[in-house]
Amino acid sequence: MRAATLVAVMALVTALIRALPFLIFRKQTPGYISYLGKVLPSAIIGMLVVYCLKDVTLAARPHGLPELIALACVTAAQAWKRNAIISILSGTAIYMVLIQTVF
Amino acid sequence: MNKQIIQQAFWKTVPVFAGYIVLGAGFGILMNNAGFGAVWTAAMSTFIYAGSMQYVGVGLLTGGAGIVTTAITTVMINARHLFYSISMIDRYKDAGRYKPYLIFALTDETYSLLCDGQTPAGKDPDLYRFLVSLFNQCYWVAGSVMGNLIGSVLPFSTAGIEFSMTALFAASFTEQWLTAKDHLPALTGVLCALACLILFGPENFLIPAMLAITLVLTLLRSREEGDR
Repeated sequence: MRAATLVAVMALVTALIRALPFLIFRKQTPGYISYLGKVLPSAIIGMLVVYCLKDVTLAARPHGLPELIALACVTAAQAWKRNAIISILSGTAIYMVLIQTVF
Repeated sequence: MNKQIIQQAFWKTVPVFAGYIVLGAGFGILMNNAGFGAVWTAAMSTFIYAGSMQYVGVGLLTGGAGIVTTAITTVMINARHLFYSISMIDRYKDAGRYKPYLIFALTDETYSLLCDGQTPAGKDPDLYRFLVSLFNQCYWVAGSVMGNLIGSVLPFSTAGIEFSMTALFAASFTEQWLTAKDHLPALTGVLCALACLILFGPENFLIPAMLAITLVLTLLRSREEGDR
């Protein structure tokens, strides 16, 4: 019963957070919010990349090298082929090989 | 509903497939270790549907947390979703019957697939976004239930496969960089996040980073208006 209550609280609060901006700006979206809506996506994706790498330690071996190499591969593949599936699969495969065999 | 739009939505979600199966399985294994079965696992992945929150949630369930602690923790971890919703406001506004689910299912990964605003030409954009969101959640639920049932008996090493999420964001960042004329927002995101990571450490940097990003973007806007 306690577990069910906690799961319900987590579900409810998460849904509320996601719905809140829609509930607040139900009718007219203010210009400032529309502006944020346009510029936020690339800023947030940038923040998420950093977020994914937050636990990489540069000071100790392997000095973030597997991440750096794999990210370079993802970026290069994306710039070359413009196909997210190819970029992600190749980058992930290289990363797995690097941490399982090289580093 | 035609076949083509289902296929297009499916191909869009393939990058998320691997990541969600693996990360979902990780959550399922944690639940199993904590003594919760497949029904609990499926219920959390269906109704909460927020990756990092569910990982933390296992600890809350087993650690004897109360309702208030649980609510506050959820707000802290999921605050970034406010940003996703704000940037989808105009796009989801007129999504009609799909709107509630689109908002509910707006995870980091779904957001990164849909935030560039591109949908197949000539197709119902709301249906397309709905299918992308739904496919992603199916992978997540399937992965977590599988992990809960099969546990850690996989015959090969999957070490490092969680990098697919990092790669997803990096590919999406690169694509937006290549299509955008103005690179200041992207730079703002990366630099503010890096600065806050150094200042506040890996556990606490997300909320300061979001505040800093909002502040800088706001200043950039008033500068633009000043130019006019």
